[in-house]
Amino acid sequence: MEVLGLLGDGMWQALQPLNLMLILIGVTLGLFIGAMPGLGSVNGVAILLPITFLVPPGSAIIFLAAIYYGAMYGGAISSITLGIPGASTAVATTFDGRPLALSGRASLALVTAALASFIGGSVANLLFTGFAPLLASVALSFGPPEIFALMLLAFATFVGLGGDDIPKTIFSICIGLVFAAVGFDKITGTPRLVFFDISGFLHGINFLVLAIGVYGIGEMLWTLDSTRGKITKSDAKMSVKGIVSDSKEGMRRGWKGTAIGSFLGFFVGILPAAGATPGSLMSYGVAKMVARKPEEFGKGHPGGVAAPEAANNSASTGSMLPMLTLGIPGSPTTAILLGGMVIWGLTPGPRLFVDQSEFVWGLIGSFYVSNFFALVINLAFIPLFIWMLRMPFTVLAPLIFVLSVVGGYAATRDMHDVWLMLGFGIGAFFLRKFDYPLAPAVLAIVLGPIAEQTLRQSLLMSKGDPMIFVDLVNRPIATPITIIAIILILLPLFKYIRDRRRGTAQTPSG
Amino acid sequence: MRLGEIITAGVLALFSIFLMYYSAQLPIGFEQGRGPGGGAWPFWLSAIMLVTTGFIAGNWYRKTSPPSQSEEPVLDRYGWKMFAQVGGGLLGFIILIDIISMYGAMAVFLLYYVRFLGKHSWTLTLILAIALPIAFFFFFEGLMRITMPSGMSFTGPFYDIMYEIIY
Repeated sequence: MEVLGLLGDGMWQALQPLNLMLILIGVTLGLFIGAMPGLGSVNGVAILLPITFLVPPGSAIIFLAAIYYGAMYGGAISSITLGIPGASTAVATTFDGRPLALSGRASLALVTAALASFIGGSVANLLFTGFAPLLASVALSFGPPEIFALMLLAFATFVGLGGDDIPKTIFSICIGLVFAAVGFDKITGTPRLVFFDISGFLHGINFLVLAIGVYGIGEMLWTLDSTRGKITKSDAKMSVKGIVSDSKEGMRRGWKGTAIGSFLGFFVGILPAAGATPGSLMSYGVAKMVARKPEEFGKGHPGGVAAPEAANNSASTGSMLPMLTLGIPGSPTTAILLGGMVIWGLTPGPRLFVDQSEFVWGLIGSFYVSNFFALVINLAFIPLFIWMLRMPFTVLAPLIFVLSVVGGYAATRDMHDVWLMLGFGIGAFFLRKFDYPLAPAVLAIVLGPIAEQTLRQSLLMSKGDPMIFVDLVNRPIATPITIIAIILILLPLFKYIRDRRRGTAQTPSG
Repeated sequence: MRLGEIITAGVLALFSIFLMYYSAQLPIGFEQGRGPGGGAWPFWLSAIMLVTTGFIAGNWYRKTSPPSQSEEPVLDRYGWKMFAQVGGGLLGFIILIDIISMYGAMAVFLLYYVRFLGKHSWTLTLILAIALPIAFFFFFEGLMRITMPSGMSFTGPFYDIMYEIIY
């Protein structure tokens, strides 16, 4: 009951005129920053941090948290309407959001994304309010083997349930992981895979460069080729009645994805150094794994939009938890928020809830208020986003190319990456013609650095013994996750053997 | 498509070997007390890539994948023309960035695409080619404080005027 009282005080504080105004401005700004390819919440929060010194610390963090929330909602917009991930957290939204938009169902995708984001954010807020200290301690019990097992599970879902050509899927995952290894070996500090000594490779390959290349340039070339230039404009429509029926359909077909994203996203979000991007990609993988028809994912399933969108909102709230309770940032954005708190004279950590109770509960109250206003503002802007889709394709296409080039540059501020993005785009266009699935490569380049680091740390812990991942006594969390992942990886082999047996059994009689 | 698929698999196999070669410049085995070497992760992943290209070639030989059964060309006449026009336009856009700045290159690309490929009116073309780069300038340089490439020195006067407005 004490928690409810504190939460009530916090919400009252968040609803004060200054804070409410900051929430509205923050959410709207975040929505547009998140929708701009190459920019994410981290850019918005970093750039607007100095402005917050004009207001009290409690209002300042509410403003920054509102930007963070808005950006999580906004990332889905360009993923769905343009096929370019607005932010890294919305990469997985592209997998099903774009096919839905191409089939004239952009409003369904946008409404599903908004509602799933709202539910994800609400679930995370409730978990945050009720179990903050407990969850922080659970997150700390996740060591490198547990995190690697989770990564393995995410890759395994693509192999076991993709419905695509298995060798091509494995190739796609591996090439994404190798691209993620370009730059410096983070454990020894040695330069690695610096092709032809080109200095641009020293900073690695940013996943947004690959994602924008594949989904911006490659996808557009493929659309132009496959439609033979006959596509003039999308027949996307929008009406109040349409929003209501899309909401119903989105929730009916996406509830499972929303539930998975809300809980899994939150948990991945609270893991130190994980954040919303791995959370959304893993939720997509798990939603696909438990779906009745996993082969429909990637072709325009609302569940494929709901899972990553619920997850990235949930994870963004979750990543605040280790920041506030332990002083450990769960994502790059929370690292900047942490810096801001230190500048404002606040010390994050276990004592914060006791020493700065008003500040903490004001922030938690603002999560609820921001989440509500983000939903309202997002739904209000959907007609504008749909209008964008109704532009003639010969206007929309160059806009997408321009946004791709600008977004590719903005991500790293290096022309080398713009060239790389063009190369990825052209490569993706041809690989897609030969049925190479490209979503696994994008997933792999995002999760690659965490996967490699945790694998190497685990093997160091076990002195090279890979059985550390299947040690039920000492690793009761990692073991079942690893076993499920191995079964999923072997699933295509089981299916192949079963089909061959059926074939040989039918041949004599047939 | 059939010929294209095996050529692609061959190119990807060579690329995998290239990646293995680069990865092997760092230790690829398990070093006692230090764990897997710095090159181990990319090396063994590239080795898996090489193996998968073998399976792709096997599927091609048995004609089990859709592209291996297709006799259609990878790109027909329309496809090559589209690829040359759009891909060439993009190439020109990126080359021009270092010469006439990001915003100048953007304007030229929009002019080329909207007017010559899209065949829209000069009015719409000019509105887009002028308004969009200016809007991007204010968003990136003014609001987000992200400096885009400014091209060669002759673009200086334009930037002086624009910076005068935002600062």
